[in-house]
Amino acid sequence: MQIIIVGCGNVGQTLVEQLSEEGHNITVIEEQSSVLQTVVNNYDVMGIVGNGTSFQIMKDAGIESSNLMIAVTDSDEQNLLCCLIAKKAGGCHTIARVRNPIYKKEIEFIKDELGLSMIVNPEEAAALEMSRLLKFPSATKIESLARGRAELVRTTIDANSKLCDKTLKNLQAELKGKVLISIVSRDNGVFIPDGNFILRAKDEISIIGSSRNTVAFFKRLGIPTARVHSSVIVGGGETGYYLASQLISAGIAVKIFEKDRDRAKELTELLPEALVINADATDRDQLLEEGISEVESFVALTNIDEENIMLSLYVHNIAPKARLITKVHRVNYNEIIGAMDIGTVIYPKNITAERIVQYVRGMSNSLDSNIEALYRINGGKVEVLEFLVTANAPVINKPLKDLKLKKGILIACINHKGDIITPSGTSIISPGDTVIVVTTNTGFRDIKDILE
Amino acid sequence: MNHKAIRYILFKVITLEGILMILPAIVAVIYGETDSFSVFLGLILGCVVVGSLGSRKRPEKMVFYAKEGFVVTSLSWILLSVIGAFPFVLTGTIPNYVDALFETISGFTTTGASILTGVDGMEKSVQFWRTFSHWIGGMGVLVFMIAVVPMADGYSMHLMRAESPGPVVGKFVPKVKDTAKILYGIYFGFTLVEAILLMISGMNLYEALTLTFSTVGTGGFAITNAGIGGYKIASQVIIIIFMALCGVNFSVYYFLLTRRPKEAVRCDEMRWYFGVMLISASLIAINIYRAGITSTPFLAFHHALFTVSSIMTTTGFGTLDFNVWPEFSRTLLFILTLLGACAGSTGGGFKFSRILIVCRTVKNELSFVIHPKSVKRVYMDGHSVESTTVKSVFNYLGIYILIMLVSVLLISLDGFSFETNVTAVAATLNNVGPGLGMVGTTGNFSQFSAFSKIVMMFDMLAGRLELLPMLILLSVRTWKK
Repeated sequence: MQIIIVGCGNVGQTLVEQLSEEGHNITVIEEQSSVLQTVVNNYDVMGIVGNGTSFQIMKDAGIESSNLMIAVTDSDEQNLLCCLIAKKAGGCHTIARVRNPIYKKEIEFIKDELGLSMIVNPEEAAALEMSRLLKFPSATKIESLARGRAELVRTTIDANSKLCDKTLKNLQAELKGKVLISIVSRDNGVFIPDGNFILRAKDEISIIGSSRNTVAFFKRLGIPTARVHSSVIVGGGETGYYLASQLISAGIAVKIFEKDRDRAKELTELLPEALVINADATDRDQLLEEGISEVESFVALTNIDEENIMLSLYVHNIAPKARLITKVHRVNYNEIIGAMDIGTVIYPKNITAERIVQYVRGMSNSLDSNIEALYRINGGKVEVLEFLVTANAPVINKPLKDLKLKKGILIACINHKGDIITPSGTSIISPGDTVIVVTTNTGFRDIKDILE
Repeated sequence: MNHKAIRYILFKVITLEGILMILPAIVAVIYGETDSFSVFLGLILGCVVVGSLGSRKRPEKMVFYAKEGFVVTSLSWILLSVIGAFPFVLTGTIPNYVDALFETISGFTTTGASILTGVDGMEKSVQFWRTFSHWIGGMGVLVFMIAVVPMADGYSMHLMRAESPGPVVGKFVPKVKDTAKILYGIYFGFTLVEAILLMISGMNLYEALTLTFSTVGTGGFAITNAGIGGYKIASQVIIIIFMALCGVNFSVYYFLLTRRPKEAVRCDEMRWYFGVMLISASLIAINIYRAGITSTPFLAFHHALFTVSSIMTTTGFGTLDFNVWPEFSRTLLFILTLLGACAGSTGGGFKFSRILIVCRTVKNELSFVIHPKSVKRVYMDGHSVESTTVKSVFNYLGIYILIMLVSVLLISLDGFSFETNVTAVAATLNNVGPGLGMVGTTGNFSQFSAFSKIVMMFDMLAGRLELLPMLILLSVRTWKK
């Protein structure tokens, strides 16, 4: 597919990396030639120096023959204008990043009027992910599947869990055949476990099942599933604002630390229910004064990665039971950061890039395949794909045990007319179902790709 | 340094060379040259076996950067030439290995400088290999590999940049592989059309093919002692046209193919190239007609245009011996030798785009003296040129002059005339082929000592790969950990 990406910031570069890996023809437009130079040197893409809102530049980039234009510059308005021009010039699909909360209410109107295919808001998406985690604190990641009917929940096994040192096939009492442990990641790699797999402490497992059944599964294990009651957010930027408003609407008490006095005032006006504290959270005494040692959950959202990591480490030290979430921008050091006790690490640009990649895969789907949704887990080593099964797919009307699947594939659930079925060997896929497939074999485009 | 990736690519190059030798082997079969056939067959088998054994396992990490790109490129070209010289030695055409290597490097770098005193009566298959090397080197062997062999996709741009001529190497389309395919597509197109036209003009298939290889690669090896002078005027005109066309930046053809004539015309370099070509040809035509070298003004212009186009595109074909022309024509041709063709073409030399950048920078500098606070940028093709590019062009100019001076000094040890030495170095460093004096159109490089030949081999490779790759290969720091 021909794709034009305008803007080569954090998200732009992540997109270039992931989309060029998937074999698309990518042209990047960026105003700063030095930034563009590094991207062109490292990835197999074409670069054009210039402003994406210029029609001539768009033409040079080949907008007329492109399928998709993604505008991810710093400026919302520039992104929208890029999309408008691209739409008029080439009639292609357009995706814009729009992050200013001012546009939040009008977003659907803008999208319709400008003919955008998708609007991404990294701050809001990151906030949404964080608020999901705070509503289900035992999980380290939650993704909704099958239009919200099923969920993928990740959690870490601790040493005194009922799951620890058990073989999967002996876990029927807990699983009850209604949820599936579909991915296990350990220090030395990612596995799609079979019946003989033995779970160990500190394994991170992903469970797929209908929302009701996953909650029931956690209850059977004795893991608390109730939402947190209060949360401390450090950094009142846009992500902080979105997160606070989502938490407040879920009935969670919020305390926000914001260094800047004017911004703090602004936040009090925007979020009357939140307690806004105008103080520098890196000042220990300020944190202690606000009772950080008894905090139930803590989210570090400042703009400086180091500060966030340090804060989370500190809070873990004085309040070991607190649910921690740490925002980190730089992805390059994720192995090191992942090994620290700073709770769940959220990489906002990855979330944005993931949403866009998902859309792009979906687009190629309307061309030649049928992917409904896609999630990349463990830095892209595992993919969770949702396929829509058509009447001529080679997998239908056969018991699953008769299908010859490639290695590293698990059919995690079948959505049959709204019922979420956790499949067994005798289950049958019918046309019109959606099937959720977990695989370490990345890059599938069609349900038939799972067969040998 | 990613040694594994470098080794992998080098073995691929060996395999590719083996495969390319299949063509001369077929020629040997057609003309019943059994000895040469066995030589080529042996080399093909050797190359393919060694190459595919060495590259059977693709290294896990194909990550490499500009440094590796330069090193791989220069090593590939050296390797290509070292192996490519064997057919000459083993068939007995050129028994001395240093001479054979000189001839091969001259072939791959599309120089066309020869150490042979005569080429009549050479075995047809060896002759074919000699001209085919021009064709392989013209567009570049690594560009060909990028187009056909799955390589380190994101990083193959470093290879293309190291191998392709010009101050800025860009892509036509987002993927390097597709860009390489387009380049070779255009190149194949030219080859095919020229060969057909030459056959229509009365040549046989063998002549048409070999001369086409020499023309589109802008090489300059002729297949008879008489050079191109022995063919009909029609054939000569076809050769003029194709030499001139292959000296143009190939991006122009891509724009024309994708129906963007406006962008094609916007290419400053091309306009200057054709302008200089026509003006020089006219001046030389007047000069040689007055000196009574040709009988009619038309013939004067024809031969002048042929020579100018041959020198500017760094081909080096000759219809007349310009060594005996008046001093003005000889001097002008020497200057044209230094200029070269356009960037992104198959031609060599300093390149018109660099000259334009140098001239325009100098013009801006002059204006700074008059208006010290004026703000100026250098423009090319309607875009402003990056200041890093301008800097690299001046660096290039410095290195170019330095290499030239050192080479002239080194080969002056042989004791030939100043004219011979300077033009020999200019002709090899710019991949032209013929110079003046002893190395003129009718002369050759055989009398130079082995040492001088090695110096000029370096010059040819440095000129074809645009100086930096060879220098980086020789730099100690490249190899230090």
